[in-house]
Order: sequence, then structure tokens, then C-alpha cells
Amino acid sequence: MPFGNTHNQLKMKYTSEQEYPDLSKHNNHMAKVLTSAMYERLRDKQTPTGFTLDDIIQTGVDNPGHPFIMTVGCVAGDEESYEVFKELLDPVIQDRHGGYKPTDKHKTDLNPENLKGGDDLDPNYVLSSRVRTGRSVRGFCLPPHCSRGERRAVEKLSIDALSSLQGDLKGKYFALKNMTEEEQQQLIDDHFLFDKPVSPLLLASGMGRDWPDARGIWHNDNKTFLVWVNEEDHLRVISMQKGGNMREVFTRFCTGLTKIEALFKQKGHEFMWNQHLGYVLTCPSNLGTGLRGGVHIKLPNLSKHEKFGEILKRLRLQKRGTGGVDTAAVGGVFDISNADRLGFSEVELVQMVVDGVKLLVEMEKRLEKGQSINDLMPAQK
Amino acid sequence: MTSSFTRMLSSRSTVAVMASLGAGTLVTGYLMSDTGRAVFPERRKMFPPSADFPDLCKHNNCMASALTPAIYARLRDKVTPNNWTLDQCIQTGVDNPGHPFIKTVGMVAGDEESYEVFSELFYPVIKERHNGYDPRTMTHPTDLDASKITSGMFDENYVLSSRVRTGRSIRGLSLPPACSRSERREVERVVIQALSNLKGDLTGHYYSLGEMTEEEQQRLIDDHFLFDKPVSPLLTCAGMARDWPDARGIWHNNEKTFLIWINEEDHTRIISMEKGGNMKRVFERFCCGLKEVERLIMERGWEFMWNEHLGYILTCPSNLGTGLRAGVHVRLPLLSKDPRFRKILESLRLQKRGTGGVDTAAVGDVFDISNNDRLGKSEVELVQLLIDGVNYLIDCEKKLEDGHDIKIPTPITLFKN
Repeated sequence: MPFGNTHNQLKMKYTSEQEYPDLSKHNNHMAKVLTSAMYERLRDKQTPTGFTLDDIIQTGVDNPGHPFIMTVGCVAGDEESYEVFKELLDPVIQDRHGGYKPTDKHKTDLNPENLKGGDDLDPNYVLSSRVRTGRSVRGFCLPPHCSRGERRAVEKLSIDALSSLQGDLKGKYFALKNMTEEEQQQLIDDHFLFDKPVSPLLLASGMGRDWPDARGIWHNDNKTFLVWVNEEDHLRVISMQKGGNMREVFTRFCTGLTKIEALFKQKGHEFMWNQHLGYVLTCPSNLGTGLRGGVHIKLPNLSKHEKFGEILKRLRLQKRGTGGVDTAAVGGVFDISNADRLGFSEVELVQMVVDGVKLLVEMEKRLEKGQSINDLMPAQK
Repeated sequence: MTSSFTRMLSSRSTVAVMASLGAGTLVTGYLMSDTGRAVFPERRKMFPPSADFPDLCKHNNCMASALTPAIYARLRDKVTPNNWTLDQCIQTGVDNPGHPFIKTVGMVAGDEESYEVFSELFYPVIKERHNGYDPRTMTHPTDLDASKITSGMFDENYVLSSRVRTGRSIRGLSLPPACSRSERREVERVVIQALSNLKGDLTGHYYSLGEMTEEEQQRLIDDHFLFDKPVSPLLTCAGMARDWPDARGIWHNNEKTFLIWINEEDHTRIISMEKGGNMKRVFERFCCGLKEVERLIMERGWEFMWNEHLGYILTCPSNLGTGLRAGVHVRLPLLSKDPRFRKILESLRLQKRGTGGVDTAAVGDVFDISNNDRLGKSEVELVQLLIDGVNYLIDCEKKLEDGHDIKIPTPITLFKN
């Protein structure tokens, strides 16, 4: 549902200059790219479902940004947003995804056989392994724009597909608005429960509307495969387990995703995907693979090393605290994951994590013994 | 400034005239197919109103009490002339189920026409919120003649400050939940231009939220004038915080007794206030200032949203009619501890709040006492009601001080039928 003055034609009675947002204090990708000339060219457009330029940029206008972190500042309301507003989104994507050009093609590879190794990350250091991505159901508007009817339809399709999963993927759905106190507490203890977004970055885009209607969590009985329905995207898919067997995590991830996709197709629905952008998600930062593969890892010595940041950069990895994005590390334990999403395949990204984490563990062991790590310094990937 | 806004005004003039006539005269729009909107009729078929009807089973607000699937089905596909929809009106009520003790309204208007196009839902909500007032059959009296006020000087041993506030909307421009950036900027421009022509004790200065200096900001905070970006989800879910702080600001006169907020929850909020108990003078300045501002905007072809059924049109249905809250900060150490305090206030049609305003607790026996009602009684009537009520409370306090007994007064009736 677009909000604000929804009819673009009415706004056309005002000049572009009168409507152009004040971005003078802003530091996000959208603000860097959206000139008043571009605003003028795009302001009379809308996608077939009625999503407008102002809808795309509202979150970036309302959230000037962080002085150190560059936020994206725009979202898609449907699949066509990326086409209709490509003049704005292509440069944003290019900036955010390391120079990815409008003509580039993105490779999708969900064959876990193509991953080399990854089953033996040292559990003395690697506490847990996890891979997550998102998927959007083609033909439905995305969370910033969807009506309640659409959101419920996405939920129903998801529940139907997930309920058909067998074997170690067999599981159960917990609707946010119906769960019992006990179920809720269990999900919290398992670190599975997601809550209504509080970040203004998300709320300003409209994805918190009608909470908790049609939102829920599905997980398999083994608690190693988890799906979030209608949070920031239609689906967020997570494979995780304790220890360092990333290969097993990734294999389950690929198997589960492939099965879910087939089940959706049986019902006449597919995921939003194209050759250029890969899997289409709400935030441009999650295009391509939408994949974040990572570990919780103890690096008390390496994390204090002056070259820690540089090492991660060369390995194309990023660090976060164990609470996820925007949290600090606790007790020398870090969340280390791939920095990229688009322009590399799923296998390539997880390979980077596996190879990179192996190196980090080796470096940590060296530093424990008081030895140098200079000969281990990687080249820029 | 003419050009695009004059053109817009002339094309809106029909709408403005019709809107001012109130109920029943406006042509309702439907979601029209337009270039790029061919998909809409298909989407409506795929998702009938029942698919979109909100889940209100845990909700406790006026909108949720009034909205039935049948009403939703009839209204879902309608739009106001500004293309504002029912879903947009009710979003805040869907997102905020409500407080178990306080019944919130749960819906807002996006423009003047919302009250007409969606009257099937607004009118029962207005009825519930405003003590049975029926916009279809009743008329609302407007009276800003402060000379009619009597006994408007309180005992300053008890009353620490006096204040009257209301809101006004500029006809022809969308309200804060719906307005585009240029409409909001136009509201700012129209109002600042009028205020800059105020004279005498009303001469003052405008401070734009986005441009004020650190010193100005601190001073406005110290004066208790500064408003901040809304954090209440009741407000943010309605969309009125978009583009903050663009086109928001505060104007006040040099004497700091007349203050206007621009583009916060309404186009304008007007506040007259003073330390001490001279409510009559506060109300005089209030009426004088309001009339002056109205005269000045009319000189340039603008007017306030008003009609004879709903009075002054504001964003939230709870503020229709007069939009007026007249109140005092008053010390009532003995009365506030008397078990009959609540009943006395109820009979006088007054409400108490803490001195931080709505949703705050009283500090040191000082209460914010103000009128409950907004619609169906005129400004003069409501201010007089407040004055008489506060005088009664002070009288009770004095009686208790002297060890005498107090009485719960006969409840005031609101509407004479």
C-alpha cells in the first residue's frame, strides 16, 4: 500500500522543485544518487501496482543515515520497481555492490557439491555456522507495499509449501499472532523469534503495517532449518547448527531451498529472479544471492591485531557482534560473514567464508603461540 | 506567490465550496483506471474486500468498534479527490490495537473530504468519541467572542498557569498523514506569511525546525515550546512524521504568550498561555490572534477547513468541533487525595493529566485540569465550563483546608435535546 499522497498525477500540479526532498543532511546511497534532475524525470512514473518514486525513497528521506555506515535509503515495492526506477536503482546497486554494472549478469549456483571442503572448521574456535537468504514470491507486492490480502496469500502459500517438506526438513509453522506463551518462550530461547521491527529504517518504508497479521516462523523439528514469513521480505530462509560443519549447513540450505522452490512451482508460483539481479528482494542490498553465510567464532587475539580489519577486507568478509547487525562483539566472539551479495554465486560466497574462516583460525592459533602471521596475509580477493 | 498555486486553487474551488457545504454534496471517486493502472481491477477481483479486512479481534479503539466487514466492503475501493483511501485512514488503528484502559480513536483523515467520503465509518466513530454527537443531524456552534467570559481570573495561590490550545487546517491542502512535501511546504509558507503580519503584542518570529541554531533550540526547550519528531506509534503509523523535519517549525510572539506549531500533528496548532490565573486574558488573546490569522490568510485567498456539522476540521476526529483544550496547572493537595476527586471531575466534565501533558503523571500535587469535550459546544461555552469547574475545585480545596465538607456537583449535561 503506498502511503502519503498516492496519486502521482495530483503531485504533478506542483513543480519538481517544490516536491524534491531536502537531502542536504543525508548520507545514504539514495541521497547520493538522486539529483533534482533525476527526480524530475522519474516523478511521474509508477509501477503497474502503483508504487511511486516517493514510495521508493521515503525511508531514505526519513532516515538521513549514519555518519559511519552508509545505508541504502530506498526499497522496492514490487518486482517491477527495479525496472521502472532503474535510473535511480542501478547507480545505487552499483555503489552498494562493488561496481556491479547494469549490463552485468549474476550467476546462481545452489549445488552444494560445488563447495570444496567446509566440513571441518575447528569447533574449538567456530561455535556455530549459519547461512541465510531471502525469497520473494513473483506476482505479489513486497512488504513495503503489499495489502493485507496479498500478505496473507503469501503466508498461505508458504505454509502449504513448507508443510509438504519431509525427512529432516519436516517441521511446523507458528503464526506470530496465534502462538501460545510457551511457544513464544521456546522460540525466544532458541533464538528463532523475530519481533516487530523497531528500526526506523524499516518502519519508514511501511513494512511494519498490520503487524502481526500474516507473519510467522516455520522451523523443522531438528531446529536446523528456519523460515521467517513476511518480516522484511516475503521469506527469509535460514540454515544453522552448532559447530563448524558449514558444508552440512550449506547442503541443507540448498536442498531445502530447492525443494521449497519446487513446491511453489507446483502451485503455479515462482520466486522473483532475473539474470541481471538474481533473486529480487525488498532492499537493494540483498539482491543477487541475498546470501549471508557466517560463523560465530572466538578470535580474542586476532581481533586485537592491528591488521584485523584489513585481513577481513581482503577476504571479503565482515564482522558483527553476535547479536547480529549493529551489535558489538562480546567476549572476543565475532559474527564473521561474507560482505558481498551480488555478482558472486552462492557457492562462491560460502567458499569465501569457508576458506577465509580457515585462515582466521590459523592466524588465531599462531598468535596464541606468540608467532607472527605476516606470511599468512592474504591477497585481496 | 501566484502561478501554480493560484491555478490549483481555482481548480479546487469547486471542491472547496462543496466541502464547505458539508455532508452529502461531494462526488465520491473510485479507483479509476489510468495509464499503468490496468492491473487494479484484476487485483480487486483477486482480492475481494474480505481478503483485506483487518484482524481486529485484539483491538480496543473506536475504529475497531465501528468497522464491520460490510462497511469495509462498501468503502474499500473508494477514494477522496486526493486519492486517499479507507485503508490509509484506518492504518493507525490497525497497527495500534489500543490500550486496555484508554480507548484511542484509531483512524485519521487525510484531507477534508475524508470525513465525507468515509462518513459511514467516521460518523459512528465521532458519535462514540463525542458523547453521541450526530454529524448528520446536529450543528456545531462556533463562538470566539471572549467578552462573554465571566469569572475568568483564578486564585493564583492555586492556579500556576493557564493555557488554551486548538488547531486549524488550511482548506485545499491535504492533512499531515497524506500531504506531499510541496503541500506541507505550502502550508508553512501560507501560515508564516500571515504570522509575519501580526502586530502589537502578537509580533513574533518563526523558527524552522530544520534550520534553527543550537542556541535557539535550547531556548525553545527551556521555554517548553519545542516539539520533537513524534515517537508515539499512534502518530507515526498514520504517516504524519514523513520527511521530518521538512517544513516543520515553531512561531511565537516576542512576549512568549502566543505560540503556533506548524505541520506537527495538524497544519497548525495554536496555543495561548501565561503564568498565573488570568484565563480570561489568555482566551482573549487566543480569540484575537486566531481571528487575525484568519483575516490575514483570507486576504490571500485561503481559508480554514470548517463546516457547520463538524466545526473546524482537523486530522484526528477527537479534535473536531472546537479542537479546543483549555486548561490550568493547579495545586490541589487535599482534593486530589479525596476519594471523590474523580467523580467531581467527571460531573464537571473535566479531565486531569500530569503536568507533562497527556500520558504523564502528576508531580507534587500539581495537576493539569482541562475540558473533556471538543465538539457540540462552542469555544466560549467550553472555556466557561473550564473556568466554572476549576473555581469549583479551588473552592473544594479551600473547604477541605478549613475542615469543611465538599459535595459532588450535579453532572453537567452536554447537549440540550
